[in-house]
Amino acid sequence: MPSNKLMVEAIEKGTVIDHIHAGAGIKILRWLQLLNDHDRITVGLNLPSKHHGYKDLIKVENRILTDQEASELAIFAPEATVNRIEDYKVKDKFAVSLPKRVTGVFLCPNSNCITRTEKVATLFKLENNKKGLRMKCHYCEKHFNREVMSKVAF
Amino acid sequence: MNNPLYKRNIISIPDFSRDELQLVIDTAERIKAAPGRQLLKDKIVASCFFEPSTRTRLSFETAIQALGGRVIGFSDDGNTSAKKGETLADAMKIIGNYVDAVVMRHPQEGSARLASEFSSVPIVNGGDGANQHPTQTLLDLLSIHETQGTLDGLRVALVGDLKYGRTVHSLAQALTHFNCQFDFVSPDALAMPEYILEELDDAGMQYQHAATLEEVIPHADIIYMTRVQRERFEESEYQHIRGNFILKADMLKTAKPNLRVLHPLPRVDEIDVDVDSTPYAYYFEQAKNGLYARQALLALVLNQSV
Repeated sequence: MPSNKLMVEAIEKGTVIDHIHAGAGIKILRWLQLLNDHDRITVGLNLPSKHHGYKDLIKVENRILTDQEASELAIFAPEATVNRIEDYKVKDKFAVSLPKRVTGVFLCPNSNCITRTEKVATLFKLENNKKGLRMKCHYCEKHFNREVMSKVAF
Repeated sequence: MNNPLYKRNIISIPDFSRDELQLVIDTAERIKAAPGRQLLKDKIVASCFFEPSTRTRLSFETAIQALGGRVIGFSDDGNTSAKKGETLADAMKIIGNYVDAVVMRHPQEGSARLASEFSSVPIVNGGDGANQHPTQTLLDLLSIHETQGTLDGLRVALVGDLKYGRTVHSLAQALTHFNCQFDFVSPDALAMPEYILEELDDAGMQYQHAATLEEVIPHADIIYMTRVQRERFEESEYQHIRGNFILKADMLKTAKPNLRVLHPLPRVDEIDVDVDSTPYAYYFEQAKNGLYARQALLALVLNQSV
């Protein structure tokens, strides 16, 4: 087998997340809580990539990402592509797209935000300007980088 | 007259369009010129102050009564069911059943926006934590318009604590509608936050940073002073920088005749009392304008036409 081929079995059913920028793969595993089930997961880190030099890749068996999960993926890996696999074939392939708003997913990092004490769904508006991606809390109106965001506890 | 603010929640300055800001200012100037119209006759307004703020509360309550309205409410959360653990959402659902509008101040950021989603009547934000205090900005704009005859194309110096001061953030956001040019005068540690600068960039505004007040006085139309808090610095550092951000009367020799000095008050020592007697001082009149800006806003929120 040529040395540049990936030695990973094809999956019958599930999701392949490809073209994740190198270094983000582990974060996405955690963020999408992919390790919480017992399905087989294959992770490739620092794989050669035509476009980016290096990339990460995640294959998850028996799991199809929801649209909401694909939106969350777009925040952390905007260049990723998602392949939905059925019967060993790519049933559907799409580039993730950044949502305009995200409801009920992120905890507001501002400890004095009203959403930290009242039981309401948080809402963040995403703004992409030349300084990069910023997330603005609909309630406290503060702006945050994605690196400081964490999930709300369900 | 078309009134887009009728039944609107008044939460945050970025929610206002240029025409809506202009409408509040025009209405406030008409009320100031001819007071006494009973624009809130038969209206009841709740004044809900979950944290104390004597001047904002008195100004709102005076504004309501001056227009013939009635006020119910509380001046701190000591006697409310918030102390028993009631959520703000529940409290606002209930209070909204009693009154025509709610003026509220609350120590947490985002509280007014949240209240507006649960109240059946308009919420007017009287300050939500460190976030927004829109009526302060409306009275600032009224004072600028009144002294300069326009809001367009002015050169505005914002001085002092530009990092934590919510009044300067909101004022800068509001003035993006009016093509003003800004000079920011602050210690490096208290500079204007990046997100505000990004908003100014997006709106195509021009701005400069200056190290001292003297540099900006000769070309300023408005100098908006705020206080650099001593406790944010080492004492020796504070003594070193304080002179750059304190305005004294003799510094105003180079000022243009139309310059006016504003300050959200209370001041401590950042404007020397010798400035008070110069023609440039406008901060006490500005504080008085709070009454007219709040009357105008409440009149617009509670009447289809004013």
